Amino acid sequence: MKYELQPTLPPPANMIGVIGWLRKNLFNGPVNSIATIVVGYFLISFLVPTIQWIFIDADWVGDSRDACTSGGACWVFIANRLDQFLYGFYPEAEHWRVQIAFIILIGSIIWLVLPKTPKKGIVAALLLVAYPVVAFILLYGNSFGLPQVETHLWGGLTLTLVLAVVGIVASLPLGIVLALGRQSEMPIVRSVCVTFIEIWRGVPLITVLFMASVMLPLFFPEGMSFDKLLRALIGITLFQSAYMAEVIRGGLQAIPKGQYEAADALGLGYWQKMILIIMPQALKLMIPGIVNTFIALFKDTSLVLIIGLFDVLAIGQAANQDPKWIGYSTESYLFVALLFWVFCFSMSRYSQHLEKALNTGHGNRA
Amino acid sequence: MSHSQATDKMMVELRNLNKWYGEFHVLKNINLEVKQGEKIVICGPSGSGKSTMIRCINHLEEHQKGDIIVNDIPLNEDIKNIEAIRKEVGMVFQHFNLFPHLTVLENCVLAPIWVKKMPRKEAEAQAMELLERVKIPDQALKYPGQLSGGQQQRVAIARSLCMNPDVMLFDEPTSALDPEMIKEVLDVMIELATEGMTMLCVTHEMGFAKTVADRVIFMDGGQIVEENEPHEFFNNPQHERTQLFLSQILQH
Repeated sequence: MKYELQPTLPPPANMIGVIGWLRKNLFNGPVNSIATIVVGYFLISFLVPTIQWIFIDADWVGDSRDACTSGGACWVFIANRLDQFLYGFYPEAEHWRVQIAFIILIGSIIWLVLPKTPKKGIVAALLLVAYPVVAFILLYGNSFGLPQVETHLWGGLTLTLVLAVVGIVASLPLGIVLALGRQSEMPIVRSVCVTFIEIWRGVPLITVLFMASVMLPLFFPEGMSFDKLLRALIGITLFQSAYMAEVIRGGLQAIPKGQYEAADALGLGYWQKMILIIMPQALKLMIPGIVNTFIALFKDTSLVLIIGLFDVLAIGQAANQDPKWIGYSTESYLFVALLFWVFCFSMSRYSQHLEKALNTGHGNRA
Repeated sequence: MSHSQATDKMMVELRNLNKWYGEFHVLKNINLEVKQGEKIVICGPSGSGKSTMIRCINHLEEHQKGDIIVNDIPLNEDIKNIEAIRKEVGMVFQHFNLFPHLTVLENCVLAPIWVKKMPRKEAEAQAMELLERVKIPDQALKYPGQLSGGQQQRVAIARSLCMNPDVMLFDEPTSALDPEMIKEVLDVMIELATEGMTMLCVTHEMGFAKTVADRVIFMDGGQIVEENEPHEFFNNPQHERTQLFLSQILQH
């Protein structure tokens, strides 16, 4: 008898492709089919008018509210006030300084994110050490021939980014120190760190900001004044570093005891052990938690509006009060939400990328 | 069988060593002298304190009473002494404890570079030489997670040897391994023994003990019950407790 090779056949049409997917995921049984139809109806009846309002019926160009006639979103409002949303009350002639600072920041971050760029270490070090100085000189001026721009003029997205970047860059190392201190064998160091963490974690950020802006100056001698923005920055940094410390402590506890012992047995000192062995492994585990804290910090910066700093949300609210544009607050809130979302979502994606890039292979928890 | 390579130089000395975990007295008046080049095998039931004892020697565990002297350096609260002793004492663990975020080569050169301040080139050359000796130079650029257990343990041995230790401590080096990998690790240890390394091994590999040990020590309940050269130890155990233990592990 002759034996013939059977040809490989494609699966039946109702198993694959769009129809197969629909059957499997949306219509596999009467209950799911009804649920799909009901949910689909509500989605469509909500999404269609929303999209129509945001994109199709919207007005995009013009100089005043007279341009907004079609009944959709009035993006003219945002376009006209875009400068304020981005720079706050920063003098218009100096906007280029903010732009340069922003371009350097984004440029070096892109450099670090792209997989094949050389000298990542140097770029990262410059970003952490040199960039804050450069950015401060650019934004504040009063040196290198740049006219001074007082911090109370800073605002909008610029201020939000200043608060977030300084908060992030300063709270991570402080958090690491606090977490190590909390694990220390020296009782004084440990109790100082525990007290610090528990106090800052136990109060709302709003309280911290009020304290920083209203109460602290009462303790200073007369005539001595402290920049309001600086006070808010210190408040946010200390507050977030307490949270960061707890995230890091969690990561440290996940490192097996054997790693500490192997480092000890090889004769590494405490800081060598922490910096070379424990932290690189722990930080990798902590990426989701750390980025979570960063995202929370980024969004919390909007609380500074209650102490009179004009971050991007506060600018949006101020714009809503403008008699020439009354009635368009939905547009400004949506725009602010979009700005926040873009930054937070980017951070989230970057953290997932980092987790993958740092994975050194399977079964590495031996 | 074993031709002792021991010299007169005292390498490790434990005098009236006592240790407690809270209320629990784990080590009771341990006295042990190990000369340079001597190989000691320590066995005993689990919980008898054998691991704790060798972990005291490089201060992974703290002892409360008695003296530990390693190569003329007394082990005390002085952090300088602890670090000096750790530089001269290598240790191999049951679970290898390789650093998973570093390659095999980086695992090996880390301590020489940071602790001994050896130039990287020199450290790498030495590490490759030692990886050659444990027969895995071709794995140098892999991560520990990509190696088998036996290979990982051989890397761990090479990593310790990179510090040029005077004493090697082995804490059950083969008990976490699959049976077919035990031999490759024991072979490396036997080779190391024939080269004259001072070794203290906590192990239940009795074949290894018979081949290389100068002395076998049996511990139970936190004390040294019996101590003898391997032939006598296995053929003519003195204590009832030792006889019971040997009958249990040699049955199969």
